[in-house]
Amino acid sequence: MARIRLDHIRHAYSPDLAKANNYALREVDTVFEDGGAYALLGPSGCGKTTLLNIISGLLTPSEGHVRFDDTDVTLLTPEARNIAQVFQFPVIYDTMTVRENLAFPLKNRKVPKAEIGPRVEDMLRRIGLEAKADRKARGLTADEKQKISLGRGLVRSDVNAILFDEPLTVIDPHMKWQLRSELKQLHREFQMTMVYVTHDQTEALTFADKVVVMYAGEVVQIGTPEELFERPQHTFVGYFIGSPGMNVLPCDLDGGDAIVSGERVKLPAGLSARAAKKRIELGIRPEFVSLVARGTGIPVAIEKVEDIGSEKIVRARLGEHRVSAVVAEDHAIPTDADIAFSAERLNLYADSWLVERG
Amino acid sequence: MEKTWNNKAWFFVLPVLLLVAFSAVIPLMTVVNYSVQDSFGNNQFFWYGADWFREVLTSERFHDALIRNLLFSAIILAIEVPLGILVALAMPKKGIWVPVCLVLMALPLLIPWNVVGTIWQVFARTDIGLLGYSVDALGIDYNYVRNTFDAWVTVVVMDVWHWTSLVVLLCYAGLVSIPDAYYQAAKIDGASRWAVFRYIQLPKMGRVLLIAVLLRFMDSFMIYTEPFVVTGGGPGNSTTFLSIDLVKLAIGQFNIGEAAAMSLIYFLIILALSWIFYTVMTNAGNDKPMTGGGE
Repeated sequence: MARIRLDHIRHAYSPDLAKANNYALREVDTVFEDGGAYALLGPSGCGKTTLLNIISGLLTPSEGHVRFDDTDVTLLTPEARNIAQVFQFPVIYDTMTVRENLAFPLKNRKVPKAEIGPRVEDMLRRIGLEAKADRKARGLTADEKQKISLGRGLVRSDVNAILFDEPLTVIDPHMKWQLRSELKQLHREFQMTMVYVTHDQTEALTFADKVVVMYAGEVVQIGTPEELFERPQHTFVGYFIGSPGMNVLPCDLDGGDAIVSGERVKLPAGLSARAAKKRIELGIRPEFVSLVARGTGIPVAIEKVEDIGSEKIVRARLGEHRVSAVVAEDHAIPTDADIAFSAERLNLYADSWLVERG
Repeated sequence: MEKTWNNKAWFFVLPVLLLVAFSAVIPLMTVVNYSVQDSFGNNQFFWYGADWFREVLTSERFHDALIRNLLFSAIILAIEVPLGILVALAMPKKGIWVPVCLVLMALPLLIPWNVVGTIWQVFARTDIGLLGYSVDALGIDYNYVRNTFDAWVTVVVMDVWHWTSLVVLLCYAGLVSIPDAYYQAAKIDGASRWAVFRYIQLPKMGRVLLIAVLLRFMDSFMIYTEPFVVTGGGPGNSTTFLSIDLVKLAIGQFNIGEAAAMSLIYFLIILALSWIFYTVMTNAGNDKPMTGGGE
């Protein structure tokens, strides 16, 4: 087990691409604490799998260093780094039984036979495949196969970290929840550092203690699910986390207020002065936008209302900008209404990055 | 409720029936017809019952040719399958050399059988052939026209040269279809090069390998043209395989009845052996049926 330090990692897939400044990873400099459950979250092509492969050693970064505790492992092979990885499509050894699959990494590492037996038995029990231990692995279902590849990692009790590359892609929806909670359970038991790549925010938020949001080859925010929701560091995080995403409204600053499409919005004290002379946007979660009677808030034109069962999503237009609001299921929607923002939930963004409160 | 019967639908089956009749059933039945009759020329035929079959099955000449054929197929498979796998493993997986290698591999497959025979007939001659001359110059007494062993070596090497490419191409197709994740997982599991081959590459090649073995077995068991051109079945009868023997019998001796019976037996042997190969190879890696049932 180890603390993983990514020291100014940059990666381009070829020297030519690097010359053209076309980096798959622009610059990542973070630490994964020992025993933590981390999710790497981001849209396709944001570099999250690249980052995972750099941690596992399948890729060597163009620049920067990877450290496990105090050891520089940048140039070490995956085997020497002693990590485990679970891939998008279940990788199992077809001709082996489930038991042999689990014993395989131990056998390769010349673990004594007397030790392999009990450890494999223990793992079979933990992943719940005792009854199928002597079946050929190829006949099992996708989720069972994925458990085998996870088991092959966990069976080496000394692994530094377990890495997951979108492991639930091929799993049936009703099995996803179950597998994810089993994974959580295993994490609690083993206390290993786990890094989980996904583009599904639900998966990331339910699995991880800390979510690493990536966008265009950079880490834009690392935080607990709560922090990501309440204080998105970047407009992308606001937009990507939450459904519907955060309202991001371009605005001008005037004294202590923001002007959105000619409407004046009062800002919390100490925000505006620090944000001068940049592209300014106002961010507010739809959950903190309320509908109020005409004349008491900011006038909008309501375009449609989506009823999602537990609540209603109101889509409205404020000048040329779209605004969403989440209101309670039994809330009456007037034909013309104003909206109001809860002031303490307003975030201000300068060039897409959050302006910290003074 | 009454079912309505529409017999017009049978007309749609007619083209297939005709096609199969002309391509398989009628020619085969002609052979069956010959196999139970004897002829003394002048187009007169007499009923002969199963006697031709009895004669073929007890004839030493048939037994010898059959054994030669089985031996030949066994040698061919033992050389071409491992060699094909090795070459496929050594071939590049990406880059500009891929098409070059593929074309080079495909070349022997594009040469007509009798041309292959002619090439080797000349190539292996000790007076003007490059191979024969070189071997002779090394001090090895080599002559495929006189020496049985030399004739066999020549025919086997020729077949390996001609057909290993097929095994290579099939195995290569199987290899390149293995996703990278398998190799990455193997690296992480600390698998040796041999373990990667044994547990990833070989199982993933299983299906194409089955096809390769079947094709090579059937083709080598039916081999005719190349040895006929090179050795003519000699020296003596030492390279007279079933097909060569059959032609001698049917066309050389014009013994149509016996040749027809032999053809049918020949056909059934190939069918049976291919079926055995297929069953054994498809069942090889499967689970034994579970007692008490699994899923």
